[in-house]
Amino acid sequence: MYKVRRWASRHSRFFEWMYKQFERALVLLHPVFNRIGYGRMEKPTAAVEKVVKGFLFDTQMCGLCTLSATGMVCPMNCPKSMRNGPCGGVRENGNCEVKPEMACVWRDAYAGSRLMRHGDRILEIQAPVDHRLKGTSAWLREVRRKVGMESEGGAAK
Amino acid sequence: MTTTRDVPESTRPLEPGFSSHGHLEKLLRAGHFAVTAELSPPDSVEAEEVYRRARVFDGYVDAINATDGSGANCHMSSVAVCSLLTRVGYSTVMQVSCRDRNRIAIQGDVLGGAAMGVANILCLTGDGVQSGDHPQAKPVFDLESTTLLAMLRAMRDESRFQSGRKITAAPQVMLGAAANPFAPPLDFRPLRLAKKIEAGAQFIQTQYCYDMDRLRKYMDKVRDLGLHEKAFILIGVGPLASARAAQWIRTNVPGVHIPDVIIDRLAGAQDAKREGKRICIEMIQQIREVEGVAGVHVMAYRQEEAVAEIIQESGVLAGRAPWKPGDPR
Repeated sequence: MYKVRRWASRHSRFFEWMYKQFERALVLLHPVFNRIGYGRMEKPTAAVEKVVKGFLFDTQMCGLCTLSATGMVCPMNCPKSMRNGPCGGVRENGNCEVKPEMACVWRDAYAGSRLMRHGDRILEIQAPVDHRLKGTSAWLREVRRKVGMESEGGAAK
Repeated sequence: MTTTRDVPESTRPLEPGFSSHGHLEKLLRAGHFAVTAELSPPDSVEAEEVYRRARVFDGYVDAINATDGSGANCHMSSVAVCSLLTRVGYSTVMQVSCRDRNRIAIQGDVLGGAAMGVANILCLTGDGVQSGDHPQAKPVFDLESTTLLAMLRAMRDESRFQSGRKITAAPQVMLGAAANPFAPPLDFRPLRLAKKIEAGAQFIQTQYCYDMDRLRKYMDKVRDLGLHEKAFILIGVGPLASARAAQWIRTNVPGVHIPDVIIDRLAGAQDAKREGKRICIEMIQQIREVEGVAGVHVMAYRQEEAVAEIIQESGVLAGRAPWKPGDPR
């Protein structure tokens, strides 16, 4: 929802902190996930992730979540799928070139990043989307990455 | 024996510190104030039409940009325009937009362009399809400018496609990116430039500049970050035909910022077209004085024949005569 996601970007510092705690909890649950099997966990987790992140951030489930590096704003809401910053078409009022009624996603992302502890992560260069990962759980992927089962970018080790 | 001037010779080693055998890179590295201009590709199959459009720049422009479906309108492709231009010796900047092609098509075009003598590639995201003559088309945006830069840099420096597969002779090209110092979020713009440079941009061509205050503030930050030493920054300029045209551009062309003072000046002038050129010349002269600027990029849409006069009167070439067909290569 547009209003909720804009509210979330204004409270990016809180969501950054919450996300960190949540991620820690998920990593602790790795042995459980592993026993059940990540393959079996995938579908239900992705479904929950879609509802939660969809409500809060309007996320598009690209599978390689960048929220904490993009001001807690999902860059995939940009009509041009810009993952590294705003395009040159941002209107004088800060709205989108393609959707004039929508605030530029990157304007919100930059403002959100300024409130965050690790807001300078917005300067990291994000890799292009791997379209095979669309719709898959970025949460589980992050856990697998943290425990060393998967490398950056989603390839299984 | 090749007929191009920006020769693609993968066997000849590059000069130390160089990425291409192109003349634009040589010029910029030698510290000259460079002039590039935009050619709008024709809606036609006539090669002569391309040459006619290039000829108006003869003797005043160091390299010609071929746009890639600019404004999301359909025209001859940039790779074809560049191929025609390099045949007769022009230095070209091939524009590549992410709007219409995915990474497979783009990488193929980059190899093709480089094989035809393209020595400079400008990496763009591209305008949205809604702004052009085919709003019903599928917007591709598989990549965007920054990820495109990184991909092309790896093709050049690591001789591999994004897939990792080997390229037997890599494209020797200077990579460029666009920047818009005049659109919000203004604070983020210099940092955005830093990201593009980190991803591989070696030269920058900006959106139209009609606001020296904004440009100076932007360049102050750019110099603080040391970016002017990492990339050659060419500032975009262009003549406005009338106050009405300026109004129209301001409301309808995304990302072009034209302050009221400019529009008032055009509205108050007896000969608006003449005044538009005057403003453009003044802009160029002021831009040249800004520390860290390496040149100007002239986009004179539908006024291409005015470019020579504008450059001449601005005096930025300082007596230098850019190469034109007929000159020794």
